Amino acid sequence: MSDPAGTIAQEAVLLSASGVSKRFGGVQALRDVSLTIRRGEVYGLIGPNGAGKTSFFNVLTGLYSPDEGRVTFDGRDLPPGVPHRIAGAGIARTFQNIRLFGAMSALENVMVGRHIRLRTGVIGAILRTPAARAEEAATEARAHELLRYVGIDQLANQQATHLSYGDQRRLEIARALASEPKLLALDEPAAGMNATETGGLRTLIEKLRGDGLTVLLIEHDVKLVMGLCDRVAVLDYGEKIAEDVPDVVRRHPRVITAYLGQQADPEAA
Amino acid sequence: MTLPGDPKLRARLGIVLIGIALAVLPFVVGANFGNSWVRIIDFALLYVMLALGLNIVVGFAGLLDLGYIAFYAVGAYLYALLSSPHLATAFPAVFASAPAWSVWLVLPLGALVAGLFGVLLGTPTLKLRGDYLAIVTLGFGEIIRIFLNNLNAPLNLTNGPQGINNIQSAEIAGQSLGRSFELFGLQIPSVTAHYYFFLALTLLVIFICVRLQDSRLGRAWVAIREDELAARACGINTRNVKLLAFGLGATFGGVAGGLFAGFQGFVSPESFGLLESIMVLCMVVLGGMGHIAGVILGALLLALLPEVLRWGAAPVQQWLFGKVLVDPESLRLLLFGVALVLVMRWRPAGLWPSALRKRELAAHAEVA
Ligand SMILES: Nc1ncnc2c1ncn2[C@@H]1O[C@H](COP(=O)(O)OP(=O)(O)O)[C@@H](O)[C@H]1O
Ligand SMILES: [Mg+2]
Repeated sequence: MSDPAGTIAQEAVLLSASGVSKRFGGVQALRDVSLTIRRGEVYGLIGPNGAGKTSFFNVLTGLYSPDEGRVTFDGRDLPPGVPHRIAGAGIARTFQNIRLFGAMSALENVMVGRHIRLRTGVIGAILRTPAARAEEAATEARAHELLRYVGIDQLANQQATHLSYGDQRRLEIARALASEPKLLALDEPAAGMNATETGGLRTLIEKLRGDGLTVLLIEHDVKLVMGLCDRVAVLDYGEKIAEDVPDVVRRHPRVITAYLGQQADPEAA
Repeated sequence: MTLPGDPKLRARLGIVLIGIALAVLPFVVGANFGNSWVRIIDFALLYVMLALGLNIVVGFAGLLDLGYIAFYAVGAYLYALLSSPHLATAFPAVFASAPAWSVWLVLPLGALVAGLFGVLLGTPTLKLRGDYLAIVTLGFGEIIRIFLNNLNAPLNLTNGPQGINNIQSAEIAGQSLGRSFELFGLQIPSVTAHYYFFLALTLLVIFICVRLQDSRLGRAWVAIREDELAARACGINTRNVKLLAFGLGATFGGVAGGLFAGFQGFVSPESFGLLESIMVLCMVVLGGMGHIAGVILGALLLALLPEVLRWGAAPVQQWLFGKVLVDPESLRLLLFGVALVLVMRWRPAGLWPSALRKRELAAHAEVA
């Protein structure tokens, strides 16, 4: 199968969703959404509140099963509604309202993020076999590396709930990175951040792209999205109304209507 | 400044001292207070095992289980059936003589069967949390007890409310622990032999718990407790990991049950009521949910303090008021209730909660 436009070589496509629909009672959260994410790009997903962005993430990561449609990732169909297999396939995410393991240290949070790549079972853990010990040491080393990567290694032993808001967001990204994802999905990572923190986040995402990671970014901060993303899709009432490079999307009449219908300045959301 | 090897050395010294204390404990207690107190300590060790098993389910994985004692019952009855003449009496056509299984076979088998029951309980409750899970597990515990109570007809499997009698004591290296015997010129009473046996297995259980806690699986349990949805998104197969918690927790219960049956020589359904489940849960919660040392402390306190009270309440009242105003048994329950309320009010994380804060302080010290 080739993509509809026929412009992208198949190996350049990392993820393609086709005809994804999801309904909650009377609310059509997603209506026949199709989109394609290419390897190495930062792909923005924007839209007014309640447009279905988070629902799309939830379908993508298996927390919801779609009513219709399917998602192909890295050349294979994703099993709908099986989060751990999807994580194993290489999709990791953060949450709009941060969901860390509060009682654990920052380091342990990242180590949990690596769970799917580890093999130690009950027997290995109890006997602490050489393999188990090596794996555990490597996990800890890698977790420190990732904390350093996002810039909070000095907080490794702090309890997650004691971190500042911005650091919690960074920790969530480090935890997601621990699973060695091919696609990192960030749900409004800049929400609640001040200008400095947002600037730092932007630098971090650019670093991730520089290191070859594909990023799917939900964001309300239009400046951030337009400045950072290679391509942007717009959802409105569960429907994809536009998908293109930022400059084109910005001028798209339906996008302007969708945002103006809600509020004049989408940045304020 | 302290020498770098110092803390390790001190820890080792501590372990040696604790080891010596644990080794001489039954002789010191037996000589000064009598063997009935050694027996009480034996039971306390069983409670430590139970509390550590339940701690995996409740403390680590955050799954509120009110029927945990059912696994204790399963282990106890399995041991009873395989080490007493009951089956031979009830089904003479099938069993020619009383089974005489080695304890090294019966205990692992009890662990296995109890573990299977744990998975059996876990499977239908995977989607439940909190109060709903508590209700279902409570029901499960009661179902097991009621089965034990009523499985004396049409086939007399459990001998009903009368329970099963004449259970053989564990036999180790040809020596039954049920009678006192002589070893290296020392007279070893039955309760003391049982003490060492239980202590060894308790240490094994502690070892397993510590190893699991510091592993990929222990982290996965805590992750589920903290945020199940995030745990799933992190790639944790929550179904398998929860079933593992139920299964392993039940395994410890099964072993403790087998030890109980062999020690007591007698089992009946009334030992496995809801109140026992709640007692073990209190040990976990009071001590410090999810913290192994705290849970051990909770189990020891709740198992030993009531006995101390039972022993001391009457004389103290006699001495204070000249007569016994409140009988020790009611006083015991009263104080138990008061203690629970106080601890939950002032130390909601338990008497000895987990050490994350300690680690934080250590990190601060490192920076400084
Ligand atoms: N679990 C759910 N149950 C019921 N309705 C939901 C659920 N998740 C999302 N919705 C609904 O779907 C719509 C889209 O929500 P969401 O995906 O969170 O939007 P966005 O992230 O774009 O703000 C909203 O109307 C929301 O109320
Ligand atoms: Mg959202």
